[in-house]
Amino acid sequence: MNAATAGAAAPPRRWAEAMLLVPALVIGIGAYAQVGLATDGSLPADFWAWSAVGVLLAVAAHVAVRLLAPRSDQALLPVVVALNGLGLALIARLDVAEALRAAARGQPVPTPTAPSQLLWTVLGVALFVVVLVVVRDPRQLQRYTYTAMAVGLVLILLPLVPVLGVTINGASIWIRVAGMSFQPAEVGKIALIVFFAGYLVVTRDALAVARSRVLGIDLPRGRDLGPILVAWLVSLGVLVFENDLGTSLLFFALFVTMLYVATGRRGWIVIGALLFLAGSFAAYQLFGHVGARIDTWLDPFADASGAGFQNAQALYGMAEGGILGTGIGEGSPDLVPYANSDFIIATVGEELGLTGLMAVLVMYAVLVERGLRAALAARDVFGRLLATGLAVVLGLQVFIVVGGVTGLIPLTGLTTPFMSAGGSSLIANWMLIALLLRVGDAAASPAPAPVPIVDDALTEVVPR
Amino acid sequence: MSQLTLTLIQLGFLALLWFMVLSVASVMRSDLFARRRAKSSARADARAARSAAKASAKAGTGTRPTPAARPKPGRGSPRQLVVTAGAQSGLSVELGATPITIGRAEENTIALDDDYVSGRHARVYPHEGSWVVEDLGSTNGTFLGTTKVTSPTVIPSSGTIRIGKSELKLRK
Repeated sequence: MNAATAGAAAPPRRWAEAMLLVPALVIGIGAYAQVGLATDGSLPADFWAWSAVGVLLAVAAHVAVRLLAPRSDQALLPVVVALNGLGLALIARLDVAEALRAAARGQPVPTPTAPSQLLWTVLGVALFVVVLVVVRDPRQLQRYTYTAMAVGLVLILLPLVPVLGVTINGASIWIRVAGMSFQPAEVGKIALIVFFAGYLVVTRDALAVARSRVLGIDLPRGRDLGPILVAWLVSLGVLVFENDLGTSLLFFALFVTMLYVATGRRGWIVIGALLFLAGSFAAYQLFGHVGARIDTWLDPFADASGAGFQNAQALYGMAEGGILGTGIGEGSPDLVPYANSDFIIATVGEELGLTGLMAVLVMYAVLVERGLRAALAARDVFGRLLATGLAVVLGLQVFIVVGGVTGLIPLTGLTTPFMSAGGSSLIANWMLIALLLRVGDAAASPAPAPVPIVDDALTEVVPR
Repeated sequence: MSQLTLTLIQLGFLALLWFMVLSVASVMRSDLFARRRAKSSARADARAARSAAKASAKAGTGTRPTPAARPKPGRGSPRQLVVTAGAQSGLSVELGATPITIGRAEENTIALDDDYVSGRHARVYPHEGSWVVEDLGSTNGTFLGTTKVTSPTVIPSSGTIRIGKSELKLRK
């Protein structure tokens, strides 16, 4: 068969990936060097140790991909390494600022965040390799469609369990186990993508049936509205019981996008948007914290030292950064509360300026584009929907958090993938990239040749 | 450390960020370019290989084509797939080396405008000199004569494929 000869071409040697890893590592290491040079005049004390760990991690991930997913995309891993490295350096930079401020006030120096973030990175890369080892074929996940749904829902609802759940800053999305806090919904989002993909493979034909045509858009049948209503109610539940706007918005937007991609009906987007508007209006009226977020969004400077403090400081910071930024270590991004987690993008905007922020955003765009490309190349519908969901969730998350920080949309509080301080987000996103590489690898691999069988009881044999 | 040095480092770092972005872009570009070149030189080959790979991927997952009849290609082999009943009656497609997909979606080789037809409903592809019909997990099924197609099945020369309200036949 042609397929055997054409498809069995040797996998690429992945030199492009290896070459791209060099500037990616220089970004992380160079940023960390700058932190020391600008604040202290010399390289940070643990500079060489950290650089060695970074290089080792990147090489380990690269070797793992070479061995386990040799035909997958070559641009994904370097971009992730660059973003992760830059994030680590900026977190270390904010640690320095916190320590200086505490020293100036005569307070004890707070525990730095960067070392634990580095540990989480090590764990993230380890889980990245584990996912590549365990999931050898994306279709094997399709068997666990409903298991994935259960796992995803349990992970999202886990913070509501009385002993485990912890409420931090009003949002009940953390659990605390053995002194470590963790956001289970971050991992839950991957499980839910697996579920959405498996579920839509089976139901997309039924969901694509049009009932009536209004203004050139096919509307689905009333009885097919069940799934979207369930997704809507679950998202509202997250909002009401866990007070987490970001996660709620992310899940609903993800489901509507995947529904649209699976069925090709714009009607779903219209219905999703209407449900979203109804939900947000109700939330605005009923919940004080949602109303406060919207008021802050409309005018962050109305109460710039109170409710709007965080947004206003972020905007001042980015204005200070201007086109070229102040340079790493030379701005004062620590004035923004939670600068190292939800607001890390404000730090990028201040110290690297618009030029640096655009580069970072383009890198995220590359991740999404490569993910969608893997989806296009996938041979089976499940693989397509899975890769689409994984790419879309990254894009949505970056849009929601960057939009919130820059004042484009109300602030909802999500982590910036790979950059924000926070272990759960980091390891979940490393696992997400491993799955994307797996789909890409499966799409580019030669298909197994068909094995003829002699069972032809149902076949009408016509002698010639 | 002088301010000038720091400024140079800062600008160098921004240049590095964009160097990274442009390197990634150039890898993506060469990827696209290489694919296009391969396509133009051996477009037919690549397409045949890809589609055969698709067919065999499907087959590899459990259902396999049944090589019941193995007519030698040549004098007696069918040349066209013709829609003989239904809304698109009269439509015909030349049989080549590539598989023909049938369904409601416009991306199919034969797009049937019929509510009983799934988006990607069935596929007809060559296998060892005969033509095989395979159901692609459609909602309402694909029938060969009156038998429901559950695994890829060789189409007999007089056989009728029924999909929704449409019927299709092989023609010489």
